[in-house]
Amino acid sequence: MPDTLTETLVCPTPLQVRDRIVLGHGSGGRLSAELLRDVFLPLFSNPVLDRMDDQAMLEIGGARVAFTTDSFVVQPLFFPGGDIGSLAVHGTVNDLAMGGARPLFLSAGFILEEGFPMEALRRIASSMAEAAAAAGVLIVTGDTKVVERGKGDGLFINTTGIGIVPDGVRLSASQARPGDRVILSGPIGDHGIAILCKREGLEFETEILSDSAALHNLVAAILAASSGTNSIRCLRDPTRGGVSSALNEIAAQSGVSIQIEETCVPVREEVRGACELLGLDPLYVANEGKLLAFVAPEVADEILAAMRRDPHGSAAAIIGTVGNESAGLVTMRTAFGSTRIVDMLAGEQLPRIC
Amino acid sequence: MKYVDEYRDPKIAQAVAAEIARTVTRPWVLMEVCGGQTHTLMRYGIDELLPPEIELVHGPGCPVCVTPLEMVDRAIRIASLPGVIFTSYGDMLRVPGSESDLFQAKARGADVRVVYSPMDALHIARVNPDRKVVFFGVGFETTAPANGMAVWQAKREGLTNFSMLVSHVLVPPAMRLILNSPANRVQGFIAPGHVCTVMGYREYEELVSEFHVPMVVGGFEPLDLLEAISMLVSQLEEGRAEVENQYARSVNQEGNLPAQNILREVFQVSDRQWRGIGPIAESGYRLRQEYADFDAERIFGVEDWHAEEPKECISALVLQGLKKPLDCPAFGKRCTPMTPLGAPMVSAEGACAAYYQYRRHAHA
Repeated sequence: MPDTLTETLVCPTPLQVRDRIVLGHGSGGRLSAELLRDVFLPLFSNPVLDRMDDQAMLEIGGARVAFTTDSFVVQPLFFPGGDIGSLAVHGTVNDLAMGGARPLFLSAGFILEEGFPMEALRRIASSMAEAAAAAGVLIVTGDTKVVERGKGDGLFINTTGIGIVPDGVRLSASQARPGDRVILSGPIGDHGIAILCKREGLEFETEILSDSAALHNLVAAILAASSGTNSIRCLRDPTRGGVSSALNEIAAQSGVSIQIEETCVPVREEVRGACELLGLDPLYVANEGKLLAFVAPEVADEILAAMRRDPHGSAAAIIGTVGNESAGLVTMRTAFGSTRIVDMLAGEQLPRIC
Repeated sequence: MKYVDEYRDPKIAQAVAAEIARTVTRPWVLMEVCGGQTHTLMRYGIDELLPPEIELVHGPGCPVCVTPLEMVDRAIRIASLPGVIFTSYGDMLRVPGSESDLFQAKARGADVRVVYSPMDALHIARVNPDRKVVFFGVGFETTAPANGMAVWQAKREGLTNFSMLVSHVLVPPAMRLILNSPANRVQGFIAPGHVCTVMGYREYEELVSEFHVPMVVGGFEPLDLLEAISMLVSQLEEGRAEVENQYARSVNQEGNLPAQNILREVFQVSDRQWRGIGPIAESGYRLRQEYADFDAERIFGVEDWHAEEPKECISALVLQGLKKPLDCPAFGKRCTPMTPLGAPMVSAEGACAAYYQYRRHAHA
């Protein structure tokens, strides 16, 4: 027998000192949150930033302006259902829309690697133009930098957007209240799995397409259906880190618990299959055309019906309820009737998916 | 999803659980050997469906968890050498060695790549003839055949820039260690279905006849595990001790003979260090002399690289089913998946990580 059976209930503490950035810092999970908490927030702190929503809310000359930025480093640049160009427009449009804003203007910054094919750049730019036109936003300013071969990965895009928030609309991740219903706009995991299948050369009977889409019309429909009330608490697009990270962030910021029902969460068969095969949980896989809506219980059915009338919300479902157990706790009632924790991703589930 | 949902039917699960409750007359302690089974039990809350007489304890069958500290240190050492491409399954990258992990080595400039198969590593070696490509060969009898095949293939092709850091361990010696322990509480085992798919279950029959303890080869879906538990309880209540095969859709007595052939061709049984447990005689594989040219430990001279395992962590007790993760005062406080103090918190299949991920509210 090894002598390590000696029973001592003390663990040593070789805590992992992170003196370098690791990929998990970009995963949208717990490491990303640590990076914000330990590096950026103490230095940049101000009342607008400290609200920690997906967009800053600014009062300028009587108007309420939503302001947000996002960078896109996805590989491959072209994937089933989209490309980095349309994704860069949809991502920023959606961050504005989740604040209840009508998206108006975008900037586009390109970091290009020496040797990048001009033809690919044209395709990406034209895809951006199409996506912007469809979303009703103008790309009004931009920047281009070129780095030496080997110092970039083909192409990175940053987009920044501004939009106007209609009077009376106040959405925030800190507003969820016990009793609120959680509505999910459609099946989850499509984007992350589409990227992974393309990257790893995995093929299924049905091709899995990214759900990359602009959700401003869906948001407008939600707001219209609740006109004049404060019954819409918060909207969030569950991108990096998936539904689990979005729910955990909202639970923490609102100081509430959230319970979801496994049987109510829509997941496509082919996505479930891919997740089984790859050992992934769809709750942690990225989406680029889905949203979570936290709404007052009395309007939930009405909002759900309004969402289902929009093409991007046709498969919307109520997946859970906000509670007042321990603040920040997200749980799921499984199909088996047991309850388990839905935790935030600790590190990296997939490298660079958006 | 066809062929999966059938094994996750809540109504059938409740029926099987009710059957177990009708059969059981006194307390029994059962161990599921494999980490994948632990994960399913926690994820579906199967222990909550069982009558209070049944106690499940979690076994040592998580390959990431039992890979010794010094092997992770050797991996980091090799990965950090110039000209090396170090390839590994993804979950080994987060496993802390003495001071660092492979993710941090990568952040410091090491060329560390996640692959889904050792064959991907072979491919990387073929297309990078000027680089030395190393694959981290970790796991039980389940992953060993594919790794053996990669080495066999490399030799056949005459690839001189491919090697493997071998850290393979075997299930039966670990079960023997548990059964030999004077502190052992386990009265019945769910034997690991995927290991038995490769190896068959003759070795488990030997253990049963030696220790008179019932075993059921079990699968990985919720109904597989419930049925395996039901079969174990029946054996225990009737006073039988034999090997039964619940996972017959994948496992037969002989196992996968071509896979066993490649294991015999490439590997030989050797002593191995187990993280959290210590050295166990003849409990793993190393490459045979004929394949020494593919042995990364030899090529990079890291064989004598040793590390002291911290003795204080209770993972040894957890991995042998003597303690539950929630019994550890550091659990969920100083020890989390972000800051793992011991092996079972590192991998998603580790018992502590499974408890942390699915169950810590019960603790709070």
